[in-house]
Amino acid sequence: MAVMKDTARKRKIPRNVLNEWKWAYIMIAPTIIGLFILNIIPILQTVYLSFFKSGAFGKGNIFIGLKNYRDMFSDVQTWYAVRNTLVYTGLVVPITMAIALLAAVVLNRRVRGKGIYRTIYFVPMVAAPAAVTMVWRWLYNYQFGFLNHILHNLGIGKVKWTEGPDIALVSIAVIGIWSTIGYCMVILLAGLQEIPGDFYEASEIDGASRVNQFLHITLPLVSPTLFFVAVTSIISSMQVFDVIFMMIDVANPAYNRTVSLVYLFYNNSFKYSNKGYGSAIVVLLLVIIMMITMLQMKAQKKWVSYM
Amino acid sequence: MKSKKIRTGIILHIVLAAGAIIMLFPFLWMVLTSLKSVTESTSMNPYVYFPKVLQWDNYKAVWMNNNFIRLYFNTFTMMLLRVLCAVFFSAMAAYAFARLHFPGKNFLFGIVLFQMMVPVQIFVIPQYLMVDFLNMRNTIFALVFPGLVSAFGTFLLRQFFLGLPKELEESARLDGCNIWKTFWRIMLPLTKSGLVALAIFTALFAFKDLMWPLIVNNQENSATLSSALSKIQSAYSVKYPELMASSVLAIWPMMLLYIIFQRQFIEGIATSGGKL
Repeated sequence: MAVMKDTARKRKIPRNVLNEWKWAYIMIAPTIIGLFILNIIPILQTVYLSFFKSGAFGKGNIFIGLKNYRDMFSDVQTWYAVRNTLVYTGLVVPITMAIALLAAVVLNRRVRGKGIYRTIYFVPMVAAPAAVTMVWRWLYNYQFGFLNHILHNLGIGKVKWTEGPDIALVSIAVIGIWSTIGYCMVILLAGLQEIPGDFYEASEIDGASRVNQFLHITLPLVSPTLFFVAVTSIISSMQVFDVIFMMIDVANPAYNRTVSLVYLFYNNSFKYSNKGYGSAIVVLLLVIIMMITMLQMKAQKKWVSYM
Repeated sequence: MKSKKIRTGIILHIVLAAGAIIMLFPFLWMVLTSLKSVTESTSMNPYVYFPKVLQWDNYKAVWMNNNFIRLYFNTFTMMLLRVLCAVFFSAMAAYAFARLHFPGKNFLFGIVLFQMMVPVQIFVIPQYLMVDFLNMRNTIFALVFPGLVSAFGTFLLRQFFLGLPKELEESARLDGCNIWKTFWRIMLPLTKSGLVALAIFTALFAFKDLMWPLIVNNQENSATLSSALSKIQSAYSVKYPELMASSVLAIWPMMLLYIIFQRQFIEGIATSGGKL
C-alpha cells in the first residue's frame, strides 16, 4: 500500500485507487464530521470557556485568565469532590472486579442453571439509575427502610445510610457495585471462554490444585480482559453522577462527603449557570482521568500478559 | 472424594443463589412497596412485607399526574433515532476503516479512539450551547443530538468487519459490485450480530442517560422517563408507594425487552469488551 501511495503521488493516481478513496471519504464523512462538531471542537471550546466568566444568559463572557482555576483550587469543595470521586472509584472498581471475576470463574464451570444466574446478575444493568436509586433510597430510609428494619431486628442500632457523612458514600458505592457486577461479569466470562480447555487438562494431569490453576492459568490468561475492564470501569466510575444526584441533594448533611466532580460540574454549569467555572471543573476531571489512564497503560506491562 | 464434590456444589449454589437474591431484591421491594398503602409502607410494628390489599390506586395516581404516554413516546423515539443513527453511520465508517485504504486513515481513526477515552462531560456545555443556538431545546432533536454519531460504534463494528474473510469481498468485486454494493449487500449482512450488539448498547445507554435530558429538555412535555423521575422524586418526597409505582412504570419496558432478548443483550455486551 505504501508503494502504491508513493507512486500515486509521483504519477497520476490510478482510477480504481481514486475511486476507493472517494468511497472511503464518503463513508467516514458523517462520523468524522459529526465527531468534529460534537466532540473535538467542544473539547477545545470547553477548555477555552474555562478562562472566562460566563455572562448573564450565556452572553458577554469576560476573559478572566486563570481565575476560575485559582478559585477552583482554593475552594475546599473541589478537594472534597476530588477525594469523593477517587474514593468512590477506589471502592467500586476493585470490589466489582473481584466479585465479578469470582462469579465469572464459577459460572464458567459446569454449574447447573448458570444461564439463569448470568441473566439475573445482569438485571440491575438494565434499569435506569434514576429508578434504581429511588428504591435504594427507600431501602436505606432511616425510619422505615428495610435495611434498618433488619438491623433493628438483629439488635443493632439504626444507621443513617444516606445522611450520615461517614457512610453515605459507601451506601452510594454499594449501588454502583450492585449495578455493574453483571456487566463486568459478562465481559470477563467472554474472556474466560477464550482460554483453551487443554491448559486445564494438562495441569490437572500434573496434579495442580484449583487454586493453583486459577493463579497460574486463569489469572494470567484473562489479564488482558481484566485490564480492559479496569480501564473502562475506572473511566466510567470517575464520571459518577446519576446515583449521587438522585440520592443526595444540596441540603443533605452528607453533601460535602459525597459530591462528585461531575455533580459539582453540573451544579455550577447548569444550576448556577456559571459555565466558565463548570468548564474548569470538567477540565480538571479530564486531566485526572488522563493521568490515571496513562498510569494504567504504564503499569499494564507489569501484570498484563498478552499471548 | 465424591461427597466433597457434592458439598462444594451445594455451597456454590447457596452463594450463587444468595447473589441472585441480592440482585433481584430491590426490584421485588419496588413492586411490593408500589402496591402498599402509605400507612403500610411506614409501619414499623408490625413491619409490613406484603400489602394486605393491593393498592392499584398508586399507579393510577402517578399515571394521572404525569404524562407517562408522552414520556414513553419521548424516550423511545430518542432511543430509536439514536440507534438508527449510530448503527447506520458507524457501520459505514467502520467498513471504511476496516476494509478500505485512504490517506489520513490512521489519524482519523486516532480521533475515534481519542473520543472514547475522554469523559463525556467535557462535551456537554458546548453541545448544550449548540442546541440552544439552534433553538432546539425541548425537542426530540435535542435528545438525539449527542448521539448522531458514535465513536464507540465505529470502533466496535470495525472489529467485526476486520474479522470477515477477504475472499468474499474480492469475489463480490469480480462479480462487478462496486464498493458501496459490496459493503451494503455482502459485508453488512454478515456483521448482523455486531449491529445488534451496537443497537442494544446504544438503546440501553440512551435509556439510562440522565444528565443530558435533564439539561436540554427541562419541560415536562419533552422529558424522558429518567429525567422525569428525578422531578417526580422531589414532588412526592414522602409518598414512597407512589414513588415506587412511578419507578416501576419507568423501568418495565426495558425489563420486558431484556427478558425477551436477554441472549442478545448478554452476547452484545460480551462482544463489546475484550482487549485494548
